[in-house]
Amino acid sequence: MTTRFMEIGVGLFVVMGGAALFVLAMNVSNFASFNSKEGYFLTAYFENIGGLKVRSAITVSGVRVGQVSDIVFDPERLQAKVTLRVDNDHDYFSLDTSASIYTAGLLGEQYIALEPGAEDDTLTDGDEIEFTQSAVVLEEIISKFISNASTS
Amino acid sequence: MLDWLQNVGKKTLHGFESLGRSAMFFIAVVQGIGVAFIRFRLTLREIYSVGVLSLVIIAVSGLFVGMVLGLQGYVNFAKFNAEESLGIFVALSLVRELGPVVTGLLYAGRAGSALTAEIGLMKATEQLASMEMMAVDPIRRIIAPRFLAGIISMPLLAAIFSAVGIFGGYFVGVGLLGVDSGSYWSQMQANVDFSNDIVNGVIKSVVFGIACNWIALYQGYDAVPTAEGVSRATTKTVVRSALAVLGLDFVLTALMFGDI
Repeated sequence: MTTRFMEIGVGLFVVMGGAALFVLAMNVSNFASFNSKEGYFLTAYFENIGGLKVRSAITVSGVRVGQVSDIVFDPERLQAKVTLRVDNDHDYFSLDTSASIYTAGLLGEQYIALEPGAEDDTLTDGDEIEFTQSAVVLEEIISKFISNASTS
Repeated sequence: MLDWLQNVGKKTLHGFESLGRSAMFFIAVVQGIGVAFIRFRLTLREIYSVGVLSLVIIAVSGLFVGMVLGLQGYVNFAKFNAEESLGIFVALSLVRELGPVVTGLLYAGRAGSALTAEIGLMKATEQLASMEMMAVDPIRRIIAPRFLAGIISMPLLAAIFSAVGIFGGYFVGVGLLGVDSGSYWSQMQANVDFSNDIVNGVIKSVVFGIACNWIALYQGYDAVPTAEGVSRATTKTVVRSALAVLGLDFVLTALMFGDI
């Protein structure tokens, strides 16, 4: 086997490996979508976030507009403080926008659904969403149902 | 009884001895790696023999593993009407686990055993000793380029394995079983994280590359210079590389995804 043949082989191998990594990065993972868009941050306080996680989706009418960037417990308000990162092209949320935690499907992942209100002024970086609705915890509903059934 | 105790002590000491020697060997190889970069032509030839020649087995195995994942995943997801999740399942299991691990095992069998046999035979025919006679350091001239070539080849092979496997899963899931093509890709993109999953998979394959090459080269370098010794060293290489890959995989998975 000539050296030239070997070198061409190695070159092709490296190109194939690089192409495979490129496919994995661009086609398989969220690499393409997660660096491209700048975002701004909003905060929201929830009584109960259920199974919400960092990187959970934020949607408006089912369209993804951002993701949860941070979740901490605020000891002063005794509530969960959720930081939302919304893509910059979605800057039309009015001050009275409400945020609710819903579940995709019966047992699916939880996400935050935003619902724009009627005011003209819009939320900007660092603002707080005042109207929130906590996650529905299945056990609470069941226990309410059981206690209702036993009292009646 | 005394004989037995003596034997246990001897075996233990022997184990420590070979562990120490392999660690010193590793350090010597790492020190010699600079030369492998400078004389890259030597490394290039080794990349050809361990990487390019392993390509066919890696690609074919990747295709079949992906197809099996597609089939198994579909059958089980169909019970919950969750066929759309097939893409996530195939991609995550390949990128996180099966890609690096199966590539490591195949690499140990295909390339590691060849390395051990080659170096063991060099030792048996006293080629290494004659190099030392000519003041050529065999670790720098022979071992280090092979080591570097293995570390370069392994992540590339693992990436090719995963990519081919994902297309294999696509072929079975979308092509034959009728999962929606759009949901296969979009669910995959939404749930596979670049830094968490892809980069960690690459890190895994680099670690496996280091482990497999270290074991293969050490076993060859340390082989008893007879025909029997070389054959035993080759067997040891495959067995120990497989164990090392699987054991390290658990440790790395626990560190990366375990949240412990």
